[in-house]
This record gives sequence, C-alpha cells and structure tokens, in this order.
Amino acid sequence: MRQAKGFREAHFAVCPLVTSNVRSAAEGAGARIIVTLPATSRIPPQTARPSRPGFMNRFANPGQFMRLSSVLLPWLSGAAVLTLTVGIIWGLFYAPADWQQGDTVRIMYVHVPMAWLASLGYFSLAVCGALSLIWRHPLADLAALEIGPVGAVATFICLATGSLWGEPMWGTWWVWDARLTSVLVLFFLYLGHIALIRAFDEPARGYRAAAILAIAGAVDLPIIKFSVQWWNTLHQPDSITLTGAPTMSMTMLAPLFICMAGFSLGFAAVVMARLRAALMETRARQLLSRRHADREAA
Amino acid sequence: MTHLPYIVAAYALALGASAVLGIGAVIRLRRARQALALVGRSFPEGRPS
Repeated sequence: MRQAKGFREAHFAVCPLVTSNVRSAAEGAGARIIVTLPATSRIPPQTARPSRPGFMNRFANPGQFMRLSSVLLPWLSGAAVLTLTVGIIWGLFYAPADWQQGDTVRIMYVHVPMAWLASLGYFSLAVCGALSLIWRHPLADLAALEIGPVGAVATFICLATGSLWGEPMWGTWWVWDARLTSVLVLFFLYLGHIALIRAFDEPARGYRAAAILAIAGAVDLPIIKFSVQWWNTLHQPDSITLTGAPTMSMTMLAPLFICMAGFSLGFAAVVMARLRAALMETRARQLLSRRHADREAA
Repeated sequence: MTHLPYIVAAYALALGASAVLGIGAVIRLRRARQALALVGRSFPEGRPS
C-alpha cells in the first residue's frame, strides 16, 4: 500500500479480498489501477464463456421452462383472448369519441398497444442478449430467435396503424417526424436481428452477433420514448406518463389499458408457444442425429 | 362513423396479424409435438419429460 502511494500506476492481480484495501488506498492516492490476470487464471479460448450454474440456469433451464409453460400457456392464451375481446368491444362501441378527432381516435386502441409491444419486445431482445453474453443462459438465445419476428410484426402494425391514423388527421400517410423515424429505425433493427441470428452456419456465432446488436440497438428505445419531448414533432406528446396525471379521460383510458393488457398477454402466449415448439424441434433433431450416429457406429 | 375505412383497416390489420401469429404458433407447436412423438417412438430412451 505504501509503495502504491508512491507511484502513478498500481498493478494488482485479481484477488479481491486481499487487494480491496490496497486498491482503495491507491485510488485515494490518485494512482491508476491496472488489473492483471495471473497466468494460472487465464481462461482458454474454448472455455472462455462457460455456462455458469446459478440462479438463472437452475430456475430457467429448458426442462423447467417446458414444465412451467405447459401449465401457463393455456391460461395465458385464455386470458389474452378474453381480455382482448372485452377491450376491443369496449374501445370500438362503448368508449366515447374524441371531441376533435371523432371516431378516428378508436385506432388508438390497437396502435398504442402495438407501440408498447414494439418497445417491450426489443427490450426483451436486449435482456436476452445480456443473459446470453453474460450468463450463457440456455434459453436466452432461443428466446431471442423467437421474440424477433413477433416484435417485428408488432412494430410493423404500429407503423401501419399510425399511418392509417395519420392520413385522416394530419393529411399524410408518412412524415419524417422524430417519433415515426425512430420507430422505423426500430423496425429495421428487428429485421437486422432476424437476419443476423440466422446468418451463420454455426448458430452460436449468430446468437452472439445478434445479442450484441440487440444490446447496442436498445439505445433507440429512450430515443423513441423522449423524441416527442426532445424535438418539435408532428406526433402528439405522451398522454400517459409515470410522473404526471394522464391527459385523457378515464372512459378512454380504461379500454386502452385493457387492450394493452390483452395484446401483452397475447404476445407472451405466442412467444411462449413458439419457444416450446423450438425446444421440441431441437430435441427431435438431437434424437435424430443421435440415431444416425448410432447407426453409423453400428 | 367518420373515417370508417381507416378504422376498419387498422383493426383488421392488427387483429388479423395477431390471429395469424397465434394460429401459426399453435400449428407449429402441434407439428413439433407430433415430430417429437414420432422420433420418440423409434428412440424411446431419448424422450423428454
């Protein structure tokens, strides 16, 4: 520690318990910390990213997922259909028309949930990317593979219903507005992710590249959220915020929340079903390849 | 209703695409289950739980 105070740089091996006091003292003295791995702890390239047994892998392994999803999937699907039916009927026939926009405001009950799902889907992709890169989660790559197309469809519907709302209200199908453009960028990010994750013969390389794209692309999410505040846009500001009171009537807000819940449950059910199918397909392929290997060995 | 075609088109698109995704997932799940059962019958020890 005394030596470290005397130098501008302090070199430490990775041994947190022993060096934590020394490290803090050196940092206090303004020294630059350089951490070096001891030769014995250097990880060979083949095992550089081992699967770490822990909370993630213990409670979210494929077997646990299959057991849990077989119980959850029928309930999720039923709840989605029921909630969506109530929300759509309420929004279409019982919610009041807007004093300015008239009945066209009813497009909101499908447009806003799709916008929410577009962002939520990409956030899920980024979380899967982090789980894959950091914890080597066995389901994360497969989940990313299945979430991508569903999220892309949600983003496309968000853009299309936005155009169908914009034409009668703004007099144009499209404008290069900050909100619209950032959602279009999100759609291209989804397409890039879908292409990249399937682009390599070795699936692990595709999963890794797509995980990096998903994490890097997540920077678009706050841009979408705050675009209507940062720039003067044609798109209206957010009607629902975490800090302020909603700027729309409760008679419109209630069916909107029900539609959002219904579409979210539907999104979860579709992703869960696709993930179950993907796991079964993988298992069938593994069994077939084992059978071929056994035949060749015999 | 004003602008009825726009409203109908928006709902048809959103609900139609959701239905296609949902039905597609159900068909894929059923096919995967059948494929796994078929492979499992001829390779019984490898059947998953």
